[in-house]
Amino acid sequence: MSANPEHDVTGDVDFVKESQSEEFQELRKTHRSFVFPMAIFFLVWYFAYVLLADYFHDFMSIKVWGNVNLGILLGLLQFVSTFAITAAYVSYANKKIDPQATRIRERLEDQGVK
Amino acid sequence: MQSLTLLAQGAAESTKVGNPLVNIAIFVAFVGITLVIVLRASKNNKTAADYYAGGRSFTGTQNGTAIAGDYLSAASFLGIVGAIAINGYDGFLYSIGFLVAWLVALLLVAELLRNTGKFTMADVLSFRLKQRPVRIAAAISTLAVCVFYLLAQMAGAGALVSLLLGIDEKLGQSLVIVIVGALMILYVLVGGMKGTTWVQIIKACLLIAGALIMTVWTLAIFGFNFSELLGKAAEVAGNPEILNPGLQYGKSETSKLDFISLALALVLGTAGLPHVLMRFYTVPTAKEARKSVVWAIWLIGAFYLFTLVLGFGAGALIGPDRIKAAPGGVNSAAPLLAYELGGTVLLGLISAVAFATILAVVAGLTITAAASFAHDVYASVIAKGKTTPEKEMKVARRTVLVIGVFAIAGGIGAQGQNVAFLVALAFAVAASANLPTILYSLFWKGFKTRGAVWSMYGGLGSALLLIIFSPVFSGSPTSMIPSIDMSIFPLANPGIVSIPLAFLLGWIGSITDKGVEDRTKAAEMEVRSLTGVGAEKAVDH
Repeated sequence: MSANPEHDVTGDVDFVKESQSEEFQELRKTHRSFVFPMAIFFLVWYFAYVLLADYFHDFMSIKVWGNVNLGILLGLLQFVSTFAITAAYVSYANKKIDPQATRIRERLEDQGVK
Repeated sequence: MQSLTLLAQGAAESTKVGNPLVNIAIFVAFVGITLVIVLRASKNNKTAADYYAGGRSFTGTQNGTAIAGDYLSAASFLGIVGAIAINGYDGFLYSIGFLVAWLVALLLVAELLRNTGKFTMADVLSFRLKQRPVRIAAAISTLAVCVFYLLAQMAGAGALVSLLLGIDEKLGQSLVIVIVGALMILYVLVGGMKGTTWVQIIKACLLIAGALIMTVWTLAIFGFNFSELLGKAAEVAGNPEILNPGLQYGKSETSKLDFISLALALVLGTAGLPHVLMRFYTVPTAKEARKSVVWAIWLIGAFYLFTLVLGFGAGALIGPDRIKAAPGGVNSAAPLLAYELGGTVLLGLISAVAFATILAVVAGLTITAAASFAHDVYASVIAKGKTTPEKEMKVARRTVLVIGVFAIAGGIGAQGQNVAFLVALAFAVAASANLPTILYSLFWKGFKTRGAVWSMYGGLGSALLLIIFSPVFSGSPTSMIPSIDMSIFPLANPGIVSIPLAFLLGWIGSITDKGVEDRTKAAEMEVRSLTGVGAEKAVDH
């Protein structure tokens, strides 16, 4: 059995060289420069909310609109930020990540990688 | 998760609202329709990719709906509505963790996983590490998560029966568990991933449509004024604190810490749940995998917004006292609200949807566990890759039978048990044993075999041990074993210890591993994961 049963066909491509190529490094940078900061941002924002709800009950109980308090508003804001990050990532991936990835993929598949 | 405890406790009583015959008739109709669809879908089950991954031919939208169907279990629906109705704001905290967790899957896991693997989580983890030890460890943690999740769902099924069908004796409930289990085995054996996916899609549509109708109806009663709804809920509860955080988790410093532990396990657990990960292989490309998660996030987010209205709506229209006094306790909030709004027919519909939910989730778990055993343990380790797809699928089908029988027996044995610890364990194990290794192997080139093995066994072992020595297992009246006390770990959820520990073990294991990993493999994995070159496309029939 080969070390990697999932992909037996690598063509004549030198993956080490490929991974160090300028084109691939650019793709890697495009991907990481979005997902890493965004992941850190939503985790910090989520745990800030969790700590507020856990330890600052008086603050979260401040009424803002009728019976709607800060706790409910910040909770709903978690929903809004999740939807917004999702939409932002999709648009970024479609515009920036996908074209670069497709270009490299098509070139490699022409070289016989399966 | 506390709500699941109550779900199980409610099993001893019976319901007096609605008409069990209507509930059963609607459920039978659901089973009939889905069976026809599963039979039709099974006609094309020829290859392993067909059986495990539905031929990779689902669209992102279809798969996203199925993911929502897989994720929104009976615990989310009955449990969260009930928790909000009784504990107010603190019930809402669950839904936020369950939703935000999807961003981990969207940004860091889904697409890279789809590009690198074929059928199971272990495909990705063992890509550039040593096959045997990593596959075995990944298969063990996959099976552990699936089994705990499965038992919780089956035990919950028994409790639902008493609540919705008015069957309160143990024999009747056991019979229903056997029926649910047998149906599930049939769906998975005949339909494979394709059939299972369709059951989940149908169930997700029914569940979300049902919740939407009830939400609009409830809001209409209050003139679409959310503030008025909240005011009424607080007035009926006789406690304005129900709108503020702290009613459930604010009791002591320990309970506050426990909440942080739970929040950590929820947000990191989802992207490590094997039955969720396996769904990413049912679409043809990484782009479709991305679309799946986006759809799932919209559907799951919308659903949890509905539960906020439904929970406070049940509190306002029925009241916490009546809900707690009803058979089934806290979990009867959603069914009682359905009865209050739309009488017997709406109650019947909602009840049938709750049953369908259990059936669909259990089917998804079973196929994941079977695929992991057949593909990772049998084909790669026992047969050392010298097997045919036909043989591997035969093993997978036998595993389905074994797991099905085990789930039925376990479900009967777990009746009335504290099932909360099973669900907590599933999420904590997924977050500690699976997620660190997944992230390391996708993003850190220095990750070595020893790190993966230490992280997976260390995360799994520490999560298990901490649960065994926690108050959910022994020492308190709601424990699994109340009669003895060995609870030396004060928290109900082990995440706050076991998750950082697993990350640490993965790092220490890797930097001390002197073995040289294949540099070519690491480079190949990185190129494949980001570009999707060579990722298996849809099966063409």
